[in-house]
Amino acid sequence: MEDKIVVKNLSKIFGHNPEKGLDALKKGMSKKEVLQKYNQKVGVYDVSFSVKNSEIFVLMGLSGSGKSTLQRLINRLHEPTNGEIIIDGTDITRLGKKELRKFRQKHFCGMVFQNFAILPHLTVQENVEFGLELQGIDKEKRAEKALEVINLVGLEGNENSYPSELSGGMQQRVGLARGLAVDADILLMDEAFSALDPIIRRQMQDELLMIQDRMQKTIIFVTHDLDEAFRLGNRIAIMNDGAIVQIGTAEEIISKPASDYVRAFVEDMDRSAILTAAAVMQPVEDTAFPADGPRTILRKIRKKGLTGILVTNTRKELQGYIRAVELAEYINKNKDKEDIPLNDDLVHKAEGVNEDTSLSEIINIYSDHEYGPIPVVDKNNKLKGVIVKGSVIAALSESGKNDNNAQELLEEV
Amino acid sequence: MFNFRIPINDWVTKIVEYLERELAPIFDGFSSLILFMVDSLKDGMLFLPPLVLIIIITAITWYMAGWRNSIIAFLGLLLSENIGLWEAFVETLALVLSAEILVVLVGLPLGIMAARNDRFNAILRPILDFMQTMPAFVYLIPAVMFFGLGLVPGVVATFVFALPPLIRLTNLGIRQVPVELVEAADAFGATEMQKLMKVQMPVAKPTILAGINQSIMLGLSMVVIAAMIGAGGLGEDVLRGIQRLQVGQGFEAGLVVVILAIILDRITAGFGVRKKKTG
Repeated sequence: MEDKIVVKNLSKIFGHNPEKGLDALKKGMSKKEVLQKYNQKVGVYDVSFSVKNSEIFVLMGLSGSGKSTLQRLINRLHEPTNGEIIIDGTDITRLGKKELRKFRQKHFCGMVFQNFAILPHLTVQENVEFGLELQGIDKEKRAEKALEVINLVGLEGNENSYPSELSGGMQQRVGLARGLAVDADILLMDEAFSALDPIIRRQMQDELLMIQDRMQKTIIFVTHDLDEAFRLGNRIAIMNDGAIVQIGTAEEIISKPASDYVRAFVEDMDRSAILTAAAVMQPVEDTAFPADGPRTILRKIRKKGLTGILVTNTRKELQGYIRAVELAEYINKNKDKEDIPLNDDLVHKAEGVNEDTSLSEIINIYSDHEYGPIPVVDKNNKLKGVIVKGSVIAALSESGKNDNNAQELLEEV
Repeated sequence: MFNFRIPINDWVTKIVEYLERELAPIFDGFSSLILFMVDSLKDGMLFLPPLVLIIIITAITWYMAGWRNSIIAFLGLLLSENIGLWEAFVETLALVLSAEILVVLVGLPLGIMAARNDRFNAILRPILDFMQTMPAFVYLIPAVMFFGLGLVPGVVATFVFALPPLIRLTNLGIRQVPVELVEAADAFGATEMQKLMKVQMPVAKPTILAGINQSIMLGLSMVVIAAMIGAGGLGEDVLRGIQRLQVGQGFEAGLVVVILAIILDRITAGFGVRKKKTG
């Protein structure tokens, strides 16, 4: 995937003479000192990152961490003090006022806000048409496009309602539809679901993921909620005090926190819900092929000291599982024969899990699983690795806090 | 206390004389414009038979403020006609409307500018404060100086007196538009004009309409006082009542002023509410 947005050394300092504050920061002065000495608030300092095409990039942090400031820098609602913002190859910090306006129309699907920010005097449909209307698109085309996204976000039948007649969740759908109606790629969402009830919130998150599946926008999503960040984000940037402290997938952040700050942050997360099969699977030691004779297979098992072996064809597609005990018995029964075929009864059906199956699901599978390792396969049923009990428990107990949790799970298993 | 007196009196007189001399064509032009406006409004309304105008005003009240208010308006208007104050009523209405048209033409742009420009607002605010703390009476003096006696200085004084609330409330209304709504428009690449016309003005509309309502009410009170400089209308009858100690006549005229006030207030207050109900 190519980079949609590249941000280089971006800084934003609020105050009358931001350059002075920036110089002081460059010389190593702390943000607190800059505030005290020059009365300048450092919003964001020296941030660099890139956002890939059609990914949901989450900016996560506590209030005051600079996440909303950073988001507003990306469409220049805030003027950057220093740095570059390159979107589709254009450095937007260099654009003039008029060019910037045109650029926003062409590249940004507006913004979705915590308190919805839809116009109270317009109907749902008129609100959804808002961005298109600003671009001067004619009425018929506007209506057509608006009705399409109104259906997409599940607002059909409410076209002529006014915002005051809708629930919070519905109002936010209007906000979302307004963004999606515009024919642009980048959607900025600022704490978009934070004002909603937990259940509605979860529902909206699911729907956003579904919509994203179809629309493939590049979304920059600001939130203070770690669960939400991990649920939605393809990648997450954790922010603290105007800087990004770590960027990575949910798994990377959970399994390798870059600092104590991040560690403290993710400590209370339910690791089993976030870690996936891919994070705990181990390479396959050896596999059996259907063409192998029973004695060859048994030798392979013994050599690795296993209790059984997975069977794949030559294209590495998973075929089944053979238990060492049963195989040994079979060979024993036919020990006088020179060349015995592999009996199909010996090959048990083996259900593989996908790489992105969460550990909590894997634990459930374990509870009614008769044999040792669980095979992990990709979508073409090709064997990618195996999961053994030990690695699951190790992964769950990596953080000291979760020891109890792991203990419980261990007992369940 | 001191053996000299600061000659504010002389200064002001000199300045006014100078302005009068140098800007005479402008004052004359302005004067005939106002005269034309008031006269056409008045003549237009008096051209209609009283009953027709009464029904029209009642219908407007009904449309804007509901049938209860329209009944009050209807009865009040009939009463005004019955006690022989119809012409004065219409004249006062014409004065108020003329002044209000000027107030909207000047106040709305000033209010918008004040909302968009902090420096302009900072300059404007003390001027508005000054204007509003000045007794209504005092406005008559410069008006008379520049425009002599009669209807025109009455409208001018009314205009100046009724201007501040509309500027203030337009400014306030636009500044109160939630910042996210403006950000949303910006994020879509709206022009300044689009932002103003499609977001700020519509959202600020109830507050701006409250400003219009207030300035009309203030204007009405000023128009009555302006009778002292010969503006005519109901104020003249009130004034005559006072001067001749004719309590009854003064009361009648005062009552009709109240009727006009109620009708104007109901109509303009209903404006914001009605719009909210249907949309």
